[in-house]
Amino acid sequence: MYPPKFAYEAPKSIGEAIALLEAGGGEAKILAGGQSLIPMVKLRFASPEMLVDINGIPGLDYMTIDPDGTLRIGALVRHEDLEQSTTLAATHPTLAAAASLVADPIIRTRGTFVGSLCHADPQGDWSATMIALGGRIVVQGPKGKREIDLRNFVVGPFTNALAYNEIAIEAVIPPAKGTPRGSYLKLERRVGDFATASVAVALDMNGATVGRAGCALAGVGGRTIDANDAISVLVGKTLTPENIEAAADAVAAAADPRTDHRGSSDYKRHIVKTFVTRILTNIAHSEQKAA
Amino acid sequence: MSSLYDEVAPNPGADTPVRRVTIEVNGEKRTVDVEPRLLLVHLLRQGLALTGTHSGCDTSNCGACTVLFDGSPLKSCTMFAVQADGHKVETVEGMGTASGLHPVQEGFKEEHGLQCGFCTPGMMLASKALLERNPNPTEDEVRWALSGNLCRCTGYQNIVKSVLWAAEKMRNDQPQEA
Ligand SMILES: Cc1cc2nc3c(=O)[nH]c(=O)nc-3n(C[C@H](O)[C@H](O)[C@H](O)COP(=O)(O)OP(=O)(O)OC[C@H]3O[C@@H](n4cnc5c(N)ncnc54)[C@H](O)[C@@H]3O)c2cc1C
Ligand code: FES
Ligand code: FES
Repeated sequence: MYPPKFAYEAPKSIGEAIALLEAGGGEAKILAGGQSLIPMVKLRFASPEMLVDINGIPGLDYMTIDPDGTLRIGALVRHEDLEQSTTLAATHPTLAAAASLVADPIIRTRGTFVGSLCHADPQGDWSATMIALGGRIVVQGPKGKREIDLRNFVVGPFTNALAYNEIAIEAVIPPAKGTPRGSYLKLERRVGDFATASVAVALDMNGATVGRAGCALAGVGGRTIDANDAISVLVGKTLTPENIEAAADAVAAAADPRTDHRGSSDYKRHIVKTFVTRILTNIAHSEQKAA
Repeated sequence: MSSLYDEVAPNPGADTPVRRVTIEVNGEKRTVDVEPRLLLVHLLRQGLALTGTHSGCDTSNCGACTVLFDGSPLKSCTMFAVQADGHKVETVEGMGTASGLHPVQEGFKEEHGLQCGFCTPGMMLASKALLERNPNPTEDEVRWALSGNLCRCTGYQNIVKSVLWAAEKMRNDQPQEA
């Protein structure tokens, strides 16, 4: 399979890339890891007239933590870079738990974190973690930069809030207000498959009390499900079995799964509840051990 | 079936945008004219006659087309050849020779790591990349590293054994430090 003809450009700076998008007038697309876009153009689900390959732009492969704890992930950080990070598990357990579950090891050498957010797949793993963490995305266009809350960035299945002449340059994860706890659980039919159902939970703990609670779901709706409101029943509370059950019920109610070849809608909702319970119970146990 | 490479090279039509790229393939610089939509796997197989790289699913799932791109495993059906300009690509042809097999190739021979052989080049390159990063992997780590490569014949058991065999051989061949 091969796509229809397109023009190929490999700019050396963000400014040049934006100028190319501008000139393309909506018919140009950014090519990052290509692990979603190339399969799509080969199947002719997308047929851009121009591909703007950003892989040759220097200085976009950083993953840094500001003095205040803000994590910044540049547009060319690959899935594998997060998986191999030795510090992420302590600072961002939710991201660390998801890193080895995105696609398969070969796709992970190439696919990018930011590209995955832009792709806005309802089954995408990173969008769920970012919404649970209250993350934002920094985008740049001809008029400069703006920041978009990830909840407003993913506007529908495979649709993001970027204008045709804007490029996403980094993802920003705000610092935890307390001890960061959390995880990501994903049910897949086999290694490397997209989620049947998956759950991202991110808590900021003050001792045994939940300060901030974040949650989002993949695979159980027409877009990434924002379950932050549902899990907020935990704020100001401790992780008792009763509180955990109430939160798991609230999150499962926020899911909007459909019956398909991966399972029935009831089954997927049940998985969501089980995963929320499992993640929160594990956090409760580790808090008890720490105390 | 004619491939895209047959259609666009060596004499693509005047309206076809062609780019000249130089790619280091198995240590040798190759300069070729490619149409941007030509996939790396087609350049390797048809353009450069390196048919050791296999094209299986053509949908980024099976890993039969795996090559090493600047040392990292890559599904060559999921990259355009133009993107490889200025980069290094290693295919199974670059791993060893019939009389001088790479330890990973020896491992597949010794431990019966293949049946039909279709998945084998991709398996061996993914294994080579693993062993370069992790010379002493556990069985789980081998299975995990190869989870992007599908085999329809072996049931994986002997593939895993082959990689562990190669790991041991490579560790033993390392000059010991005093
Ligand atoms: C076999 C297989 C299994 C997979 N399994 C999973 C899985 O389980 N979970 C999962 O989450 N993903 C999965 N993926 C998708 C993979 O994670 C992709 O890497 C990811 O979705 C897209 O990132 P990319 O860098 O490859 O983006 P690309 O494919 O290059 O781009 C995707 C889209 O985003 C746009 N884009 C990319 N970067 C930018 C940017 N900086 N600014 C503006 N627009 C941009 C592109 O124009 C395009 O529309 C799988 C892919 C394959 C092939
Ligand atoms: S042919 Fe490339 S992954 Fe199957
Ligand atoms: S040996 Fe036949 S597919 Fe692996």
